[in-house]
Amino acid sequence: MLVHSRSARWAVWALFAVIVLPLFLLPLGVIVTASVSTNWSGVLPSGPTPDNFTDLARGTTLDSLRVSVVTAVTASVSALVLGTWSALTAHALRHRGRAVVDALFMLPVAVPTVVLGLALLVAFSSPPLLLNGTQAIVFVAHTVLVTAFAHQSVSAALDRLDPIYAQVAASLGARPARVLFQVRLPLLLPSLSAAAGLCFALSMGELSATMMLYPPNWMPLPVQIYASTDRGALFSGAAAAIVLMATTLLVLLVLSRVRTRAAHR
Amino acid sequence: MLRSSRETEPGTGLVESVSTEDRERYPGPSSTPAGTTAPEGGPTPARAPRRPPVWVWAVPPVALLALVFLYPLALVVLESLAAPDGGLTTAHYTGVLASESFRSALGTTVFVAVTATLGCLVLGFLLALVVAFVPFPGSGATARFIDTYLSFPSFLITIALLFLYGTVGVANGMWTEVTGDETGPIGFLATPWGVVLAEITYFTPFVMRPLLAAFAQLDTAQIEVASSLGARPLRIVRTVILPEALPALAAGGALVLVLCLNEFAIVLFTGAKDVVTLPMLVYGSAILQADYTTACVVATVNAALSVCLYLAYRAATARLRTSSGGRRARA
Repeated sequence: MLVHSRSARWAVWALFAVIVLPLFLLPLGVIVTASVSTNWSGVLPSGPTPDNFTDLARGTTLDSLRVSVVTAVTASVSALVLGTWSALTAHALRHRGRAVVDALFMLPVAVPTVVLGLALLVAFSSPPLLLNGTQAIVFVAHTVLVTAFAHQSVSAALDRLDPIYAQVAASLGARPARVLFQVRLPLLLPSLSAAAGLCFALSMGELSATMMLYPPNWMPLPVQIYASTDRGALFSGAAAAIVLMATTLLVLLVLSRVRTRAAHR
Repeated sequence: MLRSSRETEPGTGLVESVSTEDRERYPGPSSTPAGTTAPEGGPTPARAPRRPPVWVWAVPPVALLALVFLYPLALVVLESLAAPDGGLTTAHYTGVLASESFRSALGTTVFVAVTATLGCLVLGFLLALVVAFVPFPGSGATARFIDTYLSFPSFLITIALLFLYGTVGVANGMWTEVTGDETGPIGFLATPWGVVLAEITYFTPFVMRPLLAAFAQLDTAQIEVASSLGARPLRIVRTVILPEALPALAAGGALVLVLCLNEFAIVLFTGAKDVVTLPMLVYGSAILQADYTTACVVATVNAALSVCLYLAYRAATARLRTSSGGRRARA
């Protein structure tokens, strides 16, 4: 305990509340409240109403939600395969090679996502690789973005993993493929599921690269939310944002249950 | 620590299952130590030397990354240097770098990123201090709640700020109700400060996370000793906690600076015409004006800036990892 006097401790906690309440709690509360309101320009919003959500159900939001989920699942699965592969190889390489592979796969975090979108547009707008105007270019962009995080999570997990299990299995005669699939990957399962959740959440909320290259027939939910708020429909935008957050949290919850089960096996 | 011990438990069972299976398959040598005899029993030794070197396995993922990431980036740089006759020229750069729109965008980007990073560092340090050293019931839950913000898209913050401080938002609505004026006085959302506020809210967890990890490794006996010797809390923070937190602060700050330089969604959602950052300029040139050459020049500058900073961040975290590893070895 750093602060021993009782009054000083309360002062510190008051400061904490003064920072946390307006900066972190208020925004979320505002969005939740606004999603069930139709008018809010005084102290209190208009009474709770499900209108925003029923309007969403009639509009194109459900299509956009489906587009977002399909994109996020595709990107997460590809990123997990690619990121796990790269992390495993990077881990097996010596110092220099490992640093190069790690740096290469983390580079998409450093490059602005808008620039990534522009780069994909420039590269894939002409044959032989004509992806512009198809949903594939959105998949590619999201996969590149989230692979960095998959690579990072799996690398960190491999650093924590005790190599003794793989060594024991190998010394007992298990071939590398068997060691990988029956010893190392099962041990990594909790981290893999955490990485999958991270990738899914990031891809669901991705807007920057998507704004650069989404085709008209493949409009993810964040783009739809931007379209709403841009034309002044803030309340339906808030409702769509709630749908986005709820879907993300639901998937994260399912993945964390998978994780607990994997850890207890 | 807790997690790693939990992860090792299922492992022991797994290895046992592998070893028993192998012993069933090779019943002969099971009485002698398995490590020395198992290869003789199986067909493996003959094949083992022909395994390809490790780097071969790195080729497929790196090749894929090169195709969908490095090659497109190289094309952007090439496009920014391409002369109409097919050669290379820096004419685009001199044109764009001299333009007023680029200069003001660069100024806005740096101002927003530096201010937001400083805000995140101060707030993140304060909040992490309270959570780690002056905990109250629910402080851990609050830290986790702030952490969940990272699962949500950044533009949520801007939407909330629009409700609160927008031209027809709550704060201005209250003002017009009380005073009877036509419009309220709060217009900072249309200035860079609105972006700064949203970025501070969204990126503070990136500072808190490494700080809380660093505080968890701090030996609390040091604080107790300093405190029993009569040091005031502020002095303990300055002389005991801050030196330990510096690497984590540097790492978190560098990461937040990169993320702020690259942030697009928050700026896009404020809808303020005057707040143009470099990513907004890339988007505007490419999508709204279809001027790909300018977009590529701005994109190259923006990416170069961010990548340099990111390399500094990597260097900072590498030092952080070795220093914390060293401490664990000593303990």
